[in-house]
Amino acid sequence: MGFMDAFFRKRSSGSKAKDRLKLVLVSDRANCSPDTMEMIKNDIIQVISKYMEIDTQGLDIQITQTASEGGNGNVPAIYANIPIKEMKKGSR
Amino acid sequence: MSEVIVITSGKGGVGKTTTTANVGTGLAKLGKKVVLIDTDIGLRNLDVVMGLENRIVYNLVDVVEGSCRPKQAMIKDKKYSNLFLLPSAQTRDKTSVTPEQMKALTDELREDFDYIILDCPAGIEQGFKNAIAGADRALIVTTPEVSAIRDADRIIGLLESEDFKQIHLIVNRIRMDMVKKGDMMSVEDVLDILAIDLIGVVPDDESIVVATNEGEPVVNKPTQAGKAFENICRRVDGEEVPFMEFQPDGFFKKLANLFKRGY
Repeated sequence: MGFMDAFFRKRSSGSKAKDRLKLVLVSDRANCSPDTMEMIKNDIIQVISKYMEIDTQGLDIQITQTASEGGNGNVPAIYANIPIKEMKKGSR
Repeated sequence: MSEVIVITSGKGGVGKTTTTANVGTGLAKLGKKVVLIDTDIGLRNLDVVMGLENRIVYNLVDVVEGSCRPKQAMIKDKKYSNLFLLPSAQTRDKTSVTPEQMKALTDELREDFDYIILDCPAGIEQGFKNAIAGADRALIVTTPEVSAIRDADRIIGLLESEDFKQIHLIVNRIRMDMVKKGDMMSVEDVLDILAIDLIGVVPDDESIVVATNEGEPVVNKPTQAGKAFENICRRVDGEEVPFMEFQPDGFFKKLANLFKRGY
């Protein structure tokens, strides 16, 4: 590593490896293909759209890891961040 | 009480066989009666790493098929009279043995040994299923590389679904100089991702190559890797041993190595 590299150093390859691994393991562990994810996403949009208007652009659904309540390690969980634009009238 | 330990990794070439040889020899050094079983049928290797390749008469498949008794197939180690190797067959394939037969064999061996250590083949197919069938606990070997860790994660998942209660991790071939530069994942990174308990860290050490060349486990030698394996054995045996700090070679050490190597 040269002198200048110390200043203009890109993100280290070690942390890149870790980030890539984390992503690939999430889908490995969930045993869930991108296609399936897309289908789940569409279904969730459909169901929620029945009751409220949502921002489909700002929608973020992914499978991540979360500590299990039983305290025995991590389990996969679906995290959904769904911005609501407006409640539909007559939904109650 | 005897224990059956499977040494597995998913990915090939991360050091399962070397680990098996060294953990086995290390436990024998601690005075335990140990048998190593090479379950990699068709790709026999543990015998050469142990330096016992010239003494093979019968093998694992012969034992399972009843052509000989387990005692006849077991080879006594060159150095430790309480260490034995049950070699794999070279001319057969993984389907020559079933998980049930492996379980029956390990259960039979429990009567005579403190530790039965199984060297698992790479992959997750029949050979893997055979190797884990009779095991109480597993040692997962991985290196700090994306592919090895991914495969280790898969193996951990499979073992957990088989209800394995004790799964421990060995991080092999770590290079502290690269970790320091940020160009290799650290042990902490690996643990963060795999979320299982660590039982040992083995540095990438030239002495391993030399030891394998000579057919002599490195645990017999006063090297960093040898010490690391010794510590793993004591932890396997239930002792609390602090993790050692591996220092990358300093300037003077590097200089000395330069002269020693002659270039």
